[in-house]
Amino acid sequence: MTQRKLGDVILDVKNISLAFGGVKALTDISFDVREHEIRAIIGPNGAGKSSMLNCINGVYTPQHGTITFRGQTFDHMNSRQVAEMGVARTFQNLALFKGMSVLDNIMTGRNLKIRSNILLQALRIGPAQREEIRHREFVEHIIDFLEIQAHRKTPVGQLPYGLQKRVDLGRALAMEPQVLLLDEPMAGMNVEEKQDMCRFVLDINDEFGTTVVLIEHDMGVVMDISDRVVVLDYGKKIGDGTPDAVRNNEEVIRAYLGTGH
Amino acid sequence: MAFFLETLLNGLMAGMLYSLVALGFVLIFKASGVFNFAQGAMVLFAALAMARFAEWVPQWTGIESLWLANTAAFVLAGAVMFVVAWLVERLVLRHLVNQEAATLLMATLGITYFMEGLGQTLFGSDIYKIDIGMPKDPIFAFETVFEGGVLINQEDLIAAAIAAVLVAGLSLFFQKTATGRALRAVADDHQAAQSIGIPLNRIWVIVWCVAGVVALVAGMIWGSKLGVQFSLATVALRALPVIILGGLTSVPGAIIGGLIIGVGEKLSEVYLGPFVGGGIEIWFAYMLALVFLLFRPQGLFGEKIIDRV
Amino acid sequence: MFYRENGQFKTSYAADQQILPIAQDRWAILALLVFAFVGVPLLADEYLFRAIFIPFLILALAAVGVNILVGYCGQISLGSGAFMAVGAYAAYNTFVRIDGMPLLVALLSGGFFATLVGIFFGIPSLRVKGLYLAVATLAAQFFCDWAFLRIGWFTHGNPSGSVSVSNLQVFGLPVESPLQKYIFCLALLVLFALLAKNLVRSAVGREWMAIRDMDVAAAVIGIRPMYAKLSAFAVSSFIVGVAGALWGFVHLGAWEPAAFSVDRSFQLLFMVIIGGMGSIMGSFFGAAFIVVLPIVLNQLLPALGSVVGVEISTAAISHAEFMVFGALIVWFLIVEPHGLAKLWSIGKQKLRLWPFPH
Repeated sequence: MTQRKLGDVILDVKNISLAFGGVKALTDISFDVREHEIRAIIGPNGAGKSSMLNCINGVYTPQHGTITFRGQTFDHMNSRQVAEMGVARTFQNLALFKGMSVLDNIMTGRNLKIRSNILLQALRIGPAQREEIRHREFVEHIIDFLEIQAHRKTPVGQLPYGLQKRVDLGRALAMEPQVLLLDEPMAGMNVEEKQDMCRFVLDINDEFGTTVVLIEHDMGVVMDISDRVVVLDYGKKIGDGTPDAVRNNEEVIRAYLGTGH
Repeated sequence: MAFFLETLLNGLMAGMLYSLVALGFVLIFKASGVFNFAQGAMVLFAALAMARFAEWVPQWTGIESLWLANTAAFVLAGAVMFVVAWLVERLVLRHLVNQEAATLLMATLGITYFMEGLGQTLFGSDIYKIDIGMPKDPIFAFETVFEGGVLINQEDLIAAAIAAVLVAGLSLFFQKTATGRALRAVADDHQAAQSIGIPLNRIWVIVWCVAGVVALVAGMIWGSKLGVQFSLATVALRALPVIILGGLTSVPGAIIGGLIIGVGEKLSEVYLGPFVGGGIEIWFAYMLALVFLLFRPQGLFGEKIIDRV
Repeated sequence: MFYRENGQFKTSYAADQQILPIAQDRWAILALLVFAFVGVPLLADEYLFRAIFIPFLILALAAVGVNILVGYCGQISLGSGAFMAVGAYAAYNTFVRIDGMPLLVALLSGGFFATLVGIFFGIPSLRVKGLYLAVATLAAQFFCDWAFLRIGWFTHGNPSGSVSVSNLQVFGLPVESPLQKYIFCLALLVLFALLAKNLVRSAVGREWMAIRDMDVAAAVIGIRPMYAKLSAFAVSSFIVGVAGALWGFVHLGAWEPAAFSVDRSFQLLFMVIIGGMGSIMGSFFGAAFIVVLPIVLNQLLPALGSVVGVEISTAAISHAEFMVFGALIVWFLIVEPHGLAKLWSIGKQKLRLWPFPH
């Protein structure tokens, strides 16, 4: 594991509680994320990991608790604001835009940075045309990075699952995020694909200093690449620390392996 | 005051008719999640069938009695609606099982047009009468309370009674019979119902059959009141606001929504109409629905619409 | 072997992004435009202009507008007839009430007012979708039906809501004969189609499609659903409004609210479904289909009937029309939800391989 210079706390989650009707998805969750680190969130299925990311993104509004991003505290997040602040994410179930090509999907990630208004875009002259080309160049860098050049014009619905996951990542990267929330980016992949994805995540963290919050089930990956780990179970936090510390935590072992009867 | 009461009662009666049509929508939506835009066309189709069979049965069999001819016509029309239900499931629904709601909605739009064309090709496009022996003269009620009494249409009264019987019958069917239980299960969760062995395709045919019968009753009553003609198909458009108000998944909602719309239309026409040029019945229901859509899209009794990520 | 991209390398993003990247396509479209502007006027007679070409051009324009809203942005609308009506009556009022108002400005003003109405009735799309949104747009339809019939100001006090215009001219050139009307509509259609195509392949178009495909993910990327949906309503209504104004001014000359009834809304929606949702070219296909089909049926059915010895009345033909439309809608939705446009592109794919089978 490379020694990364970790910065100050960039994201601070305090006492988040989320319930849907009678179902308590999250109960009093608190943890922090330091800049430039790779923070993993692990836990059995249904522990509330995706719900946690959804709260950070503004998809769900928690009933209690606050989220502090770079010193600014919010009790609920607005999706657009979060995106503008530089937080991007991928989805567990691949929320790709099925009707568009790979190129167009990743281009949507540039949306926040596009300045020309509707009229200019309709006429497609001068500034609008130049801007479109500039963003296309940026997106092509991402396509190169993710090694999906051959598929750029293919409708995403036709791609195999592993490639779709890369497009999802590419779309998040197009936002030039400071914090990247990855929801099970390696689910359903074979060993080679996982290695590729790990390489991408590490490269992103290395080259751009992007903070990564990563939900993942593969313990090998988690132990290998993350700096710190949060463990959730049934919506509660049961572990928080370095991978080694968490690995030896009794409660964590119990949650994953069950207790003997 | 008597005039107000009259308008109110007329509104309630009209509302009852809307409720009948709305009921068909709600039934199909509850059981299959398909919004059946073709319900109006089904009303027209059923009414046409009934009207023509009532004419033809005496010609074919020489039966003289009005009652017998009408009953036979009703049964025949019902059979036709069963065939329609079966065909719709077989030819259309089965192939669109996993498509999104918008696609299914547009498919039912296509079915609407097709049925309108087919109905008129098979049964003719003149104006036909349905005569089921409804008394056409109005009566004066409450003569002791109000001077001169309140004018009520007997036909509407009987129509309301028939509708009430139909709703009671349907409620009993849903609550007490095994098929009714199966229908409720399917409405709740298709996959779960399938996994306990409920045959989805057959259920949908049944649902469309029931909706067809409801359409037939609605068509019979509307047709008796207004005559059977092409404009009957637009009755579907009149009933849409009813289900928005009542909630797409609620049978009591369809009834209450219909009554509210019926009363609202009549009252607004009489009391608001003169100020804005009249003829506001045409959009009153829709504007009311629009308000609901902005503030309470699930209607008065519907389930909250939740979007899961 | 003719339709190949071999040797056509793109060396700049601009070249890669153009509307017609394949050279053969460019030639084909050029030829089509030449034929449309020059060939048709030489070959067609008055009847063809009046009955087929002019309605086709105007309805194609309206279909482009509806496609933007329904096909690209995924918002169901059954109120397009109302937006056409707003365009027509607004243009009428600007034209008639303001002295010396140029025709083009009046038409565009029709589009402008249609935009305002479109945005207003588009507000429910921020809360509901699918069937519920369809009901909201129907509210627009019925309200406008009533408004143009009963509110005297819109129609200069005419009790039946009917109005008429005459003496149309653009930059001093008259727009009176069928040929002149055809060229006028053709020019406007080409212009608007180009603008629309630019929009749908740029950032705004991607926003629309993102909202259509997965609005939650779109929000997370930073797309504002409100802006995207309302802009779709705005642009769509503008185009539909201009088409409505053209329909009244150029095609009908004199009209009443019934020309823009809910049947018109359905007709436009069918054009978009059959032609191909989310495809500018599809709007053209759909419009052509819907304009030409009744005429074909009108000729074909009596001919078929006489072969079999059965007399087919005009009423029967109109019923047959209904049945054919309905059946086609269902058929397309089952077999090829992306409509004629998709069939066309499949055909082109086969053409690329020709004469090889695969």
